[in-house]
Amino acid sequence: MSTVAVPREAPHHAGVHAAPTSFIRKYVFSLDHKVIGKQYLFYALFMLVIGGLLATLVRYQLAWPGRPLPFMGKIAPDGMPGGVMLPEYYNSLFTMHATIMIFFAIMPILIGAFGNFVVPIQIGARDMAFPKLNMMSFWVAVPAAVVIIWSFFVTGGAAAGGWTSYAPLSAIQPRGQTLWLISLLILGLSSLLTAVNFLTTIINMRAPGMTFFRMPLTTWALFITALLLLLALPVLSAALIMLLFDRTLGTTFFLPAGLIVSGQPWTNAGGGQVLLWQHLFWFFGHPEVYIMILPAMGITSEILPVFARKPIFGYRAMAYSMCGIAGLGFIVWGHHMFQSGMNPILGTTFMISTMVIAVPSAIKTFNWLGTLWGGDIHFATPMLHALTFVAMFVIGGLSGVFMASTPVDIFIHDTYFIVGHIHYVLFGGSLFGAFAGLYFWYPKMFGRLMNERWGRIHWFLTFVTFNLVFFPMHFLGMRGMPRRIYDYTQYKHLHGLQGMNQMMTISLFVLGASQLILVLNFFLSMRRGAVAGPNPWHANTLEWQTASPPPHENFTGRIPTVYRGPYEYSVPGHGADFLPQNEPGGPAPARAHA
Amino acid sequence: MEHAEAITFDPHAEEDRTSTGIPHDKMGMWIFLCSEVMFFTGLIGSYIVLRFGSTWPDPKKTLNIWLTAANTFILICSSVTMVKALEWIQRGDTRKMKLFLCLTLLGGSIFLSVQIVEYRHLLHEGFNPHGSLFGSAFYTMTGFHGFHVFCGVVCIAFCTGKAFLGKYTPQHHLGVETLGLYWHFVDLVWILLFAIVYLI
Repeated sequence: MSTVAVPREAPHHAGVHAAPTSFIRKYVFSLDHKVIGKQYLFYALFMLVIGGLLATLVRYQLAWPGRPLPFMGKIAPDGMPGGVMLPEYYNSLFTMHATIMIFFAIMPILIGAFGNFVVPIQIGARDMAFPKLNMMSFWVAVPAAVVIIWSFFVTGGAAAGGWTSYAPLSAIQPRGQTLWLISLLILGLSSLLTAVNFLTTIINMRAPGMTFFRMPLTTWALFITALLLLLALPVLSAALIMLLFDRTLGTTFFLPAGLIVSGQPWTNAGGGQVLLWQHLFWFFGHPEVYIMILPAMGITSEILPVFARKPIFGYRAMAYSMCGIAGLGFIVWGHHMFQSGMNPILGTTFMISTMVIAVPSAIKTFNWLGTLWGGDIHFATPMLHALTFVAMFVIGGLSGVFMASTPVDIFIHDTYFIVGHIHYVLFGGSLFGAFAGLYFWYPKMFGRLMNERWGRIHWFLTFVTFNLVFFPMHFLGMRGMPRRIYDYTQYKHLHGLQGMNQMMTISLFVLGASQLILVLNFFLSMRRGAVAGPNPWHANTLEWQTASPPPHENFTGRIPTVYRGPYEYSVPGHGADFLPQNEPGGPAPARAHA
Repeated sequence: MEHAEAITFDPHAEEDRTSTGIPHDKMGMWIFLCSEVMFFTGLIGSYIVLRFGSTWPDPKKTLNIWLTAANTFILICSSVTMVKALEWIQRGDTRKMKLFLCLTLLGGSIFLSVQIVEYRHLLHEGFNPHGSLFGSAFYTMTGFHGFHVFCGVVCIAFCTGKAFLGKYTPQHHLGVETLGLYWHFVDLVWILLFAIVYLI
């Protein structure tokens, strides 16, 4: 291992800037991707708490319909007078829960936080290609969050048309819906800037020797995620703009002729098409699902080899299957609309293209299992979460195949089965992936390890209660309980479901309370955690070959040169069981990556 | 193991290279334009669906085709002058670059002015965004294109200012080239919009 001391030079790189000294430039309006990543992390965790509290209220109503909650009568007197939830407020709650979780929690934590923090270091860059644009992305996302929270306090309350905001309902709703549209348009701008920045950075700023097929899979995943954002999000923006104009300028894109609202002809109706909204929304909406799962897949692919001390099984197949998932993701949107009315031949086409996605997904799953096979598995907290990701993603993925089948979908469409599926993918998948990433990169971000014992307790409680909350949703759906329903006990055939709903809600209380362990662990470990050192997990990728937290501009001295792929663990003939990407020499690559 | 201290360096690694040899700004602009393509695809796709799904008035009866045809010609010319500006700075003639940047700025401004005149006239005639689906689509599509032209004109003005301050040299004129990419895209979108909104 030869070490060449190179004096630090004044860098002349496009993405490089002088180290800031003032507090504002260092921590608030920072150009440093690591600081921006942390800003996104706090932003996302804050919104995650809000989204979680909204879900708790939804589940309270489902467990005990109409039972008053006095303190809520004071916080939200319009929506819950005397603490009793009104149906309109219930609609707002589930709409905003989904909107906040999807756009303001999951996306910022996976893309904004981990993407920003990890990608430039993993490819051996000093920063993003456009640091000012990066700062702008974050500071544009902040007003979007302010607007969406503010919408709770305007007349008529927050948006209540579901996160899908189907027209014409969304075109005629109270003012909260307008703020919802404005907020998502602002956030769309932020995500667009992020996507351009990530793509330019990954294409253009890889360290010497860092070819595309030597990139860690997290970077691969974020590369493809950024492509999806780049190409899917503008279509949503176009749709949001048209809906906004329908609401404010009196256009009629989504308002059909002869629309009757509350027994009265709607004044501004003419010729628009309601299904057009669904097509535009889901053209974005389905890639969006992969935008939220691919980064978590990347994180899992990163963590499994480290804690199994084995190379990832089928590195290239992992990268290609992500490309396949992304490509197919653009031609399956119609499966959300089987019941909206479509030509059966078109429906069959969407059914087949959707089922084909199971192939690349299964390739990934079997490769994860192949990575674990015969490995020297260490059950550290990041690994526990990554393993949970694999297991829960399989459940959510398989129920997705059920729904893709048009005859089955007729039965389960708009029932709690769908809610169960989405939560297995988004909570069991994306959020466990995010937790895995948090435990894994926390020492890199803050220089100290999180407490392992409390990490495991947090994982155990979350894992168990997560399944208690969400698995019964499949049964509720099969029994015919619709989603987005204020009071299912009004229906005779759903009467027997209250006990199960109560069990789920009580489990959710435990699930929510267990997150306090994470919060405490997160904040206390910043001061009290064991000092991590540069490479606490003995990992190969470049972020672990620099100090924790990395210095300004990430690498002291010159940019490292990359000699091999990212997952060379337990290489025969090499002393240590890991072989960093930037270490010259070492045994000749014994096994070619499949 | 203290691996941070064990980083080895390739003494020949350059600090200011890019992996592809393409500058960041140019790469970023191409990527951004991909996104813009999808934005206008969303609008144009919706237009096609709405138009085939309802009875559509003959655009020629409402819109002044010849005025907009002349305006289209001006916008295409401004794309040509943008190319010329880049060509002259590459050849080292900053004076001609400034001239052609000014002409591009003029072309873009004329296009915007004519569009404003057209809007005023149409609104005066009672053709507005809330009157018909045709009006909704017309104002949204041409309006967003106009917004893109406006952003382009602002950037060209900025770029021209930099040119007069002598910031561009035959070796360093990335701003002119990158802005040119955007400007040609705006031009191309307009040719599509003119064809499907006005002519067909």
